[in-house]
Amino acid sequence: MTDIRWIDQALTSSRPQVLGALLRYFRDLDTAEEAFQEACLRALRTWPQNGPPRDPAAWLILVGRNVALDATRRLKKQQPLPDEEAISDLDDAEEALAERLDGAHYRDDILRLLFICCHPDLPATQQIAVALRIVCGLTVKQIARAFLVGDSAMEQRITRAKARIADADVPFETPGAVERAERLAAVAAMIYLIFNEGYSAADSTEDLRRSFCDEAIRLARLLIRLFPAEPEILGLGALMLLQHSRTPARFDAAGAIVLLEAQDRGLWDRTMITEGLALIDKATRHRRPGPYQLQSAIAALHARAARPEDTDWAGIDQLYAGLERLQPSPVVSLNRAVAIAKLNGPEAALAMIEPLAPRLSGYFYFFGVKGAFLQQLGRIPEARIAFNQAIALANTAAEAAHIRMHLDQLLEDATPGDGAKVSH
Amino acid sequence: MLYAILCYNDENVVGSWTKEEDDAVMAKLNVVHEKLAKQGRLGPTARLLPTTAATTFRKEPPLVIDGPFAETKEQLLGFYLVDCASLDEALEVAKDLARANPGTGSYEIRPTSIFIPGSGIT
Repeated sequence: MTDIRWIDQALTSSRPQVLGALLRYFRDLDTAEEAFQEACLRALRTWPQNGPPRDPAAWLILVGRNVALDATRRLKKQQPLPDEEAISDLDDAEEALAERLDGAHYRDDILRLLFICCHPDLPATQQIAVALRIVCGLTVKQIARAFLVGDSAMEQRITRAKARIADADVPFETPGAVERAERLAAVAAMIYLIFNEGYSAADSTEDLRRSFCDEAIRLARLLIRLFPAEPEILGLGALMLLQHSRTPARFDAAGAIVLLEAQDRGLWDRTMITEGLALIDKATRHRRPGPYQLQSAIAALHARAARPEDTDWAGIDQLYAGLERLQPSPVVSLNRAVAIAKLNGPEAALAMIEPLAPRLSGYFYFFGVKGAFLQQLGRIPEARIAFNQAIALANTAAEAAHIRMHLDQLLEDATPGDGAKVSH
Repeated sequence: MLYAILCYNDENVVGSWTKEEDDAVMAKLNVVHEKLAKQGRLGPTARLLPTTAATTFRKEPPLVIDGPFAETKEQLLGFYLVDCASLDEALEVAKDLARANPGTGSYEIRPTSIFIPGSGIT
C-alpha cells in the first residue's frame, strides 16, 4: 500500500524525465503530454496495490510509450478498443524493463525538453509560461493568475508558443559537448527567470509566485543531479537557495518590504542556507568562476553575517568587481555602489552611479538607491525628486509603498536613514 | 547493542515538499524523537542535505568526485559526523580515514542540515 500523496509527488517530480523521454519517442509535445497523463492515471490505479516501482520515472516512460503506441495502432487498424484490463495489466513486464533503463539517458531528454521551452524565438514571458506548463505541470489557470492575465489569454499564449515550437526545426539528436554547454547556459537562464518571476512577488498572488521559486529550485536540483560537475549550475542552485531562504523575512505582516538590513535573520531558512553554502563549496573547487557562482558568493556573505554590521562589505565589493569584469552591466555596477557606500560613504557611491543614469533611466532600483544616497548626504530636495521617480517606476504596490515610506520620512525629519537596497 | 537506522526515500519526492509539508513531517518525527529521548534511548541524529550537495572521495585511484556515492559493489560500513569549516577540511578528514583503512572503498561527504545531539545514550 502506497500513500496517495507520495504517489502524487512522485508523479510531479518525475514529470521532466518522463515528458522528456516521451518527447524523444514521439517528437510531438501534445502526444507526449497525453501519454504522460495516461501513464499517471495507470500509476494511480496500480501503485497503491503493488507498491511503487523501483524507478517511478522509468515505469512511467514505458507505460506512457506503450499507451501512445497502442493508441496509434488502434487508429491505424480502426478496430474496436481492446479490453482496458488487457493493456493496463502489463506492469510486471514493464517493471523488469524499466529497471534496465539507464538513468544517463534522462540527461539529454530533460535538457532537450527545457531547451525547447527556452526557444530563442519565444519572448521570455512565454518561455517561462511554457516551461511552467510543460515541465512543471502547472495548470493554465495557475500560470494565468501569476501573470495577472485571464485564463483564455494564457491558454492562447501557450498554444501559440507550442505551435511556434512545433514549426521550428527542433533537433532531436543527442547534443554534442559544445552544444550541450550552450544549451545548459540557456536553460540555466530560463530557470533563473522562473525564479525571479516568483521572487519579485506581486501582492495578490504571493503563494503562487512563491511556488515559482520552489519549482525553479526543484529544476536546478534536477540539473545538478544530471550534471554534477558543472560549477555554474551549482552556483545557480546556491544563488536561488540563498535568496529564497530570506523569503519569510522579506515582508512584514502588513505586506510591506523589509530591507535586508532590517530583516529578522532568525526567520531566514537555515536549511536552505546550509544547502546553498554547501553547493558553493563544491562549485569553488572547480576553480572556474562564473556569474552565478559570484552572485551566490555575494548572497553567501550576507547569509554568513549574523548581524547586518558583521557583513563583509569589502568581500562583497571584490565579488561585484569580478562580476563587472565577467558580465559588465549597469545593474551590477549599481549593486556594487551599495557596497561602496558601506565602505567609502555615500559620496563616493553617488559619484559611481551618476554615469549609469542614461542607461538606467527606466530602472526602479536606480532611483531608489540614488535617493537613499542623497538622503544620507542630507541633499533632501534632490532625494525627494529621486524617490518620486522611483515610485513612478515601481513594479509592485509594495515597492511603491516602500519608497513612499522614505518620502514620509524625509518630511518628518532630515536625519540620515537606511538606504534603499538593490536586489538582495 | 546500538542500532543505526538509516533513512531512505525517493529524493525527488522529498525534495519537492513545500516548507509546510516538510515542517509537518518534522513535527511528526519530533514526537518519535521525544519519546525515545525520554526513555534515554536517543543517540545523535542527523538529517542529511540532498545528494546534490554530496562529494565523494574515492581511494583507488585517489579521486574527488562531484555527486553521491554510486558504487554498488561497496556497502555502507558506518558513518562519522565531523565538524568542519569547509568542504576542503572535510575532504582532508576523509583522506586521513582512507589512509588508516586498508583496501579500496570510498567516502561520501554529505553536509547535514539538522543535527540533534541526543540526550539518552552516553
